[in-house]
Amino acid sequence: MIARSGYAAFTATAVALASEPAAADALTSAGGARQSLNATAIVMFLGFVAVSLAITLWAARRGTNTAKDFYAAGAGLKGVQNGLAIAGDYTSAATFLGVTALVYTSGYDGMIYAIGFLVGFPMILFLIAEPLRNLGRYTFADVAAYRLSEVPVRAVAGVNTLVIVVFYLIAQLVGAGKLIQLLFGLPYIYAVGIVGVLMMVYVTVGGMLATTWVQIIKAVLLMSGSVLMSVLILGHFGFSLEALFREAVALHPKADAIMAPGGLVKDPVSAISLGLALIFGTAGLPHILMRFFTVSDAREARTSVLVATGFISVFYSLLFVLGFGAIAIVSANPQFRDASGGLLGGVNMVALHLADAVGGSLLLGFISAVAFATILAVVSGLTLAGASAASHDLYARVIRRGRASEQEEVLVSKAAAVAISVLSMGLGVLFENQNIAFMVGLVFAIAASANFPVILLSIVWPDLTTRGAVSGSLAGLLASVGLVALSPGVWTATFKLGPAPFPYDNPALVSVPLAFAVSWAVSVLDRSAAAASVRASFGAQHVRAQTGLAVE
Amino acid sequence: MDPQAIQNSPVFRQLVSERARLGVGMSIVMTVAYFAYILTVAFWPRLLGHPLWSGGVMTWGVLIGVGLIAFGFLLTALYVRRANSRFDRLSQLLLEDFR
Repeated sequence: MIARSGYAAFTATAVALASEPAAADALTSAGGARQSLNATAIVMFLGFVAVSLAITLWAARRGTNTAKDFYAAGAGLKGVQNGLAIAGDYTSAATFLGVTALVYTSGYDGMIYAIGFLVGFPMILFLIAEPLRNLGRYTFADVAAYRLSEVPVRAVAGVNTLVIVVFYLIAQLVGAGKLIQLLFGLPYIYAVGIVGVLMMVYVTVGGMLATTWVQIIKAVLLMSGSVLMSVLILGHFGFSLEALFREAVALHPKADAIMAPGGLVKDPVSAISLGLALIFGTAGLPHILMRFFTVSDAREARTSVLVATGFISVFYSLLFVLGFGAIAIVSANPQFRDASGGLLGGVNMVALHLADAVGGSLLLGFISAVAFATILAVVSGLTLAGASAASHDLYARVIRRGRASEQEEVLVSKAAAVAISVLSMGLGVLFENQNIAFMVGLVFAIAASANFPVILLSIVWPDLTTRGAVSGSLAGLLASVGLVALSPGVWTATFKLGPAPFPYDNPALVSVPLAFAVSWAVSVLDRSAAAASVRASFGAQHVRAQTGLAVE
Repeated sequence: MDPQAIQNSPVFRQLVSERARLGVGMSIVMTVAYFAYILTVAFWPRLLGHPLWSGGVMTWGVLIGVGLIAFGFLLTALYVRRANSRFDRLSQLLLEDFR
């Protein structure tokens, strides 16, 4: 799909990383490239932290001792609230800065990428949202474990979740560290520490309720910031999109080539592979799926997807305006260039320069604070998803075989949140100067290959057996991790081992069909008594999946 | 409640088949639309670079891209509308039958 270099460059931008030479220089060189301290940014950021901590305390007082409260905010959220929180989970600082930067450098190609991330959402609704809500309680493994034998199914799903969460957290924390270093002039290690400690507090003290509200506030702030910037940009051009694009084409070195697909998408095999990972990966991301258990029924689950899809659609479309606005307004302004003519702070900072250019230091401060808030909210959601898999799936069900009390389970969950935070902070520091551009792609590939096929098959296919589900999921996990390790992005770019044995950066074209095929073949060949009994219990599950009847 | 009895009821069958038809149908439409777009980008990028009107800078690619985003949202909204009216009514009927 997206040709190797383009893909790597994008994912790099997407996690605000230093893989491109220009950005790397800017990020590693000393103070010169850092933003000068912006008082507005600091005041607004402290304000956000104060409000979010107050919410956390309020959520704690409402109670986080029952599993239902801690994991699912008591399943009492409205669809609109949950939809905003889902949108918040899906719009990271990396997307905001990265997609704007991609449009700024490559024009139209940024849109191709944004569309890829959007198409997964309707698929969640069409295929799994309602049965997911009707069958599950706290984690997506509940769905597969509804009729299949729960210990092996949860063991595999729990491990998949932890792998996804840790990779995603490393990518987010490294990006966050670099970004905060630039925004606030803080040393990298403090930046990672602050983010890590705050996310740990939100999750352990406030559980799902606090995490959700942090996410909602951040989503609203991010959207307001983007709308405001878009209006100010269009105001520069008499509210004419044509005039904006005309100015951008006149100023960009690639001229009118920025209005058409460029070098990002080249060979069709990679295109289809990344497309598969994006369209099905979203429906396998544990922190997104977990959000469906915070609403009361299928109707609210549908509303959640509708609100999230609408929000994300508008947001991504605005990023296109911001990117072109940056070409038209920032690129020509010498104020934002360093001595060598490059963009101050690297290309990932272009959205912030744009805020400065159209709204002065007040808007710059606001947008910087919003970027920081966004990082906090996204990592909190991930941490909570990891903590629930560790306690609900692995500890309570696999290790203690259902004998753990609810208080004990919640306590383990909080301990797991602390452990995950500490581990990812450590890895974040360790990976500071590593090229980790492959991590976001890997996360989507694992979600699409190891989680999605099992969730879908367990809902729709009566003949799926425990062995089929477990072997399919493992095949998807091993194939996606293995092929990514052998891909150009890791084998060649990260470990410098020469030409890559597997020629594509995204393994989904191989690993997703493989997971389905293994699940199918093993289930069909499974003649055990256990297989017969889980096939026989499909009917009861089907009734509940379709109607929600007997849902507590 | 006997799951077997519910499964055999015509209302339940109606609900399942209508939901499956709509869900699978819309998934296929979305997937085809997305891959058609990606393959156009891969094989015929020039097609998307055509200006919308002569002398303008806006291209078909921009219109189609924004259109695809809007299309995804539109499908979502249609599904929700259908599910909130038709599917929920069938579920309600079912609930009344079996209470």
